[in-house]
Amino acid sequence: MARQAEAETNDDGASKVTSPSPSPPPPPLPPRRKPSGEGPAQVAPAQAKPTTAVSSIDISTLSFPDGSRGTFSTNAAQAVSAPAASGYVTPVGDLADSMSIMSFAPTLRPHGDLASLVAGGLNRKSRAWNMLRSQSETVQPFESIELGALGDLAGFEREFDEIPDNTADDIRLAIWKSKMKHYMILSSAGKPIYSRHGDLSLVNSYMGIIQTIISFYEGANNPLLGFTAGNARFVIAIEGPLYFVAISRLGESDAQLRSQLEALYMQILSTLTLPTLKNIFAHRPSTDLRKPLEGTESLLSSLADSFTKGSPSTLLGALECLRLRKSQRLAINNIFLKSRSEKLLYGLIVAGGKLVSVIRPRKHSLHPSDLQLIFNMLFESGSIKSGGGESWVPLCLPAFNNRGYLYMYVSFFDGRTDAAFVGEAAQQSPESSHDSTSENNSERASNNVEDEEEIAIILISPDKESFYDLKEMRDKLAAQLTKSGHLSLIRSAAREGRPKIQTVAPGAQISHFLYKSRANVQFCMSSVEPASAAQTAAAAPEPSGPEKLLTHRRLMTLYHELHASMHAKYAHLKVLHAVSEDAASLAWITPIFEFYCVAGPNVSRAAMAQGANRIIQWAKREEERLFIIGGGVF
Amino acid sequence: MADSNTPKPSSSVKLVLLGEAAVGKSSLVLRFVNNDFQENKEPTIGAAFLTQKCNLPTRTIKFEIWDTAGQERFASLAPMYYRNAQAALVVYDLTKPTSLIKAKHWVAELQRQASPGIVIALVGNKLDLTSDGAGSGGDADGAGAEDSGDARKVTTEEAKTYAEEEGLLFFETSAKTGYNVTEVFTAIANAIPETSLKTARGPGASHTAGRTEEQRVNLNGPRDPNAKEGCAC
Ligand SMILES: Nc1nc2c(ncn2[C@@H]2O[C@H](COP(=O)(O)OP(=O)(O)OP(=O)(O)O)[C@@H](O)[C@H]2O)c(=O)[nH]1
Ligand SMILES: [Mg+2]
Repeated sequence: MARQAEAETNDDGASKVTSPSPSPPPPPLPPRRKPSGEGPAQVAPAQAKPTTAVSSIDISTLSFPDGSRGTFSTNAAQAVSAPAASGYVTPVGDLADSMSIMSFAPTLRPHGDLASLVAGGLNRKSRAWNMLRSQSETVQPFESIELGALGDLAGFEREFDEIPDNTADDIRLAIWKSKMKHYMILSSAGKPIYSRHGDLSLVNSYMGIIQTIISFYEGANNPLLGFTAGNARFVIAIEGPLYFVAISRLGESDAQLRSQLEALYMQILSTLTLPTLKNIFAHRPSTDLRKPLEGTESLLSSLADSFTKGSPSTLLGALECLRLRKSQRLAINNIFLKSRSEKLLYGLIVAGGKLVSVIRPRKHSLHPSDLQLIFNMLFESGSIKSGGGESWVPLCLPAFNNRGYLYMYVSFFDGRTDAAFVGEAAQQSPESSHDSTSENNSERASNNVEDEEEIAIILISPDKESFYDLKEMRDKLAAQLTKSGHLSLIRSAAREGRPKIQTVAPGAQISHFLYKSRANVQFCMSSVEPASAAQTAAAAPEPSGPEKLLTHRRLMTLYHELHASMHAKYAHLKVLHAVSEDAASLAWITPIFEFYCVAGPNVSRAAMAQGANRIIQWAKREEERLFIIGGGVF
Repeated sequence: MADSNTPKPSSSVKLVLLGEAAVGKSSLVLRFVNNDFQENKEPTIGAAFLTQKCNLPTRTIKFEIWDTAGQERFASLAPMYYRNAQAALVVYDLTKPTSLIKAKHWVAELQRQASPGIVIALVGNKLDLTSDGAGSGGDADGAGAEDSGDARKVTTEEAKTYAEEEGLLFFETSAKTGYNVTEVFTAIANAIPETSLKTARGPGASHTAGRTEEQRVNLNGPRDPNAKEGCAC
């Protein structure tokens, strides 16, 4: 009841939505994208005017009380994202109110329509609102969805299962067709190179069809970018001699799917370099690229799977950092710089997939798309982690230089194989097993204890003979970090996990958020709480693996929709509020940040705006803890 | 714990593993270093560097192991790893004849390019897939052994004869069961001439000197009780 009262008094809360006090944008820092970036993580720039103040005026300019949806490019993906569960009408659906809630009946949820949610009448109390009010506001997002009635995501928990070898072809084909997401790579001559699901013999004929279709349009000098078949969206990217195809029933926008394909292309360049790739096909257009790419398949698959599970990092084209005090991060940077080897180009400390510290030459920054490849190799695929010991890996970082290789030294601290951590190992829980197959199925965004505690030192050099120099640097660094206590600091920060909403903004009715600092090209997000436990703090049992996977995917689908609407070509949106039958969501873009959050379906817009505001103020306050600003430069 | 013994003379030996992709190089190392096995190990990218001690009656050998990637595209990096190596483990899969051909190529390259005194062991891995399994070490049973689940494609005789001609140590192992794995490393440790231990340290070996010697000992699980030899690691 108290919550409700609070919401009432803030009914016009949206007009109080002001940005955090304007401040000069932080200095440009690594890692950042090239402004003209062609990185896979590229997203359309937000269309906001350069202002830091989001006033009620801004909001009302976004209102389309007459339902002028025509302004928006109707994205082809909408056919896909429209939930299959038709025939459902929300209780408020037939209220002839200019409030656009009506348009949120789940059968109508194309991206353009979401915009009208911010429709005018901020102070108006519509019947629709009253009806919403009368319902409990504590319903969590997706709570109404019961397992077993998964709608769109039926079968998603089997998405990552292998297609068995030993069954009849028609059964294997049926399983193959049931996958919600496919990625395929083929040469322009039609030679299959990679398919996420099904061995190439199974999908060969489909590859042939795709090649024929693409080539037909190519021949007509009118390249095919995408098409929809049934409830699947096909998106095609052509990179020199390679065709990339994404097939999705998860409702991403074309731009989002294209950036995923771009990342796969970057992985191929990372293995081969661009000149080699060109050479191979210049000499023999019919070359089978599988041989030169040997071993890259598992990296492509772990990338693909992180997209299918839903990767905030890829969606936002940004990195996540480990939250640390400014003084601590500075001290770590200084220790890092002090132990620097002459041979070093880039140095990174990473804990549980989050960046702790970066050192780099003044004239070079690190590109998120390159870091994505490194993180994928180290944390998502088992190839390096399971090796034990230290690794020495030649790789090309295409955004840095797609013409040559760099050499990467990697060492994981797992408290077991390193003398420097014997002391710490004593307090550790029994070691995780290095079972790479189970890792494939574990969820990236979960606060998995094993993942959270993995600390890696990554040292990159252009000199392939520099292994022992970098190893010496690492030993020095490790000894110093241990001695100064910073290693245990990093470890406990990693163990703490992502910030919880109730710590960030106590009492806020928001269930989850993403906050991207645009200048730093970094983001932070709250921990994903089990839906039922969130606000009541009821100790619900840990959700099981598949359930977690689904919750995460639902959340990410919502964020993808919000993101697509905000970045749609003709959408000059700054704020967007959307309500569906199972969740309410809010997006807000300024030149400083991109903010996305989700709440239960009955949480009022005012309450959401208020919560959002508090979280953004927190992010502003905590900026130097949440993000790496500058890093160590030499 | 083994390290509490009075210190014996200790020396580092740089060892490199070479061989076709997927023959089980990383699995052999994992068995030797962690006494562990993974059913679906992912291919090595580049190379992995690990260390493991081996206690002989008179001295302690600290292996600095380079586990290289078998995939063709990494082949050009191999010289970097076998240069200065005092020992090499050339591995083939005894269920895959082409892998022995590849192994022979590696042996030839090592004899041409590596340090003259290098100790080379030829290792036929995946013995558990043959009908003699991890049994008595397996006599050559000829080509007729295709039936009854025997996947052996390279006879012991063939590989052994070749090894003798070239002056290589020879073992058949199973990284999966652990059969003969420690023995390979112990035999190599014993075969390294005392003299080369005094002098031959890889250029980088000194860099690791700062790390405490006993680190591995404390942190590893109990040895496989089947291991007969003295690698107390
Ligand atoms: N049955 C059986 N399988 C084995 C044995 N050793 C390795 N394997 C399996 O063979 C596959 C390849 O093993 P790896 O150790 O990764 O082979 P590798 O030589 O390191 O391969 P690259 O790193 O690609 O050069 C894995 O699936 C192992 O589980 C063995 O002794 N017996
Ligand atoms: Mg290997």
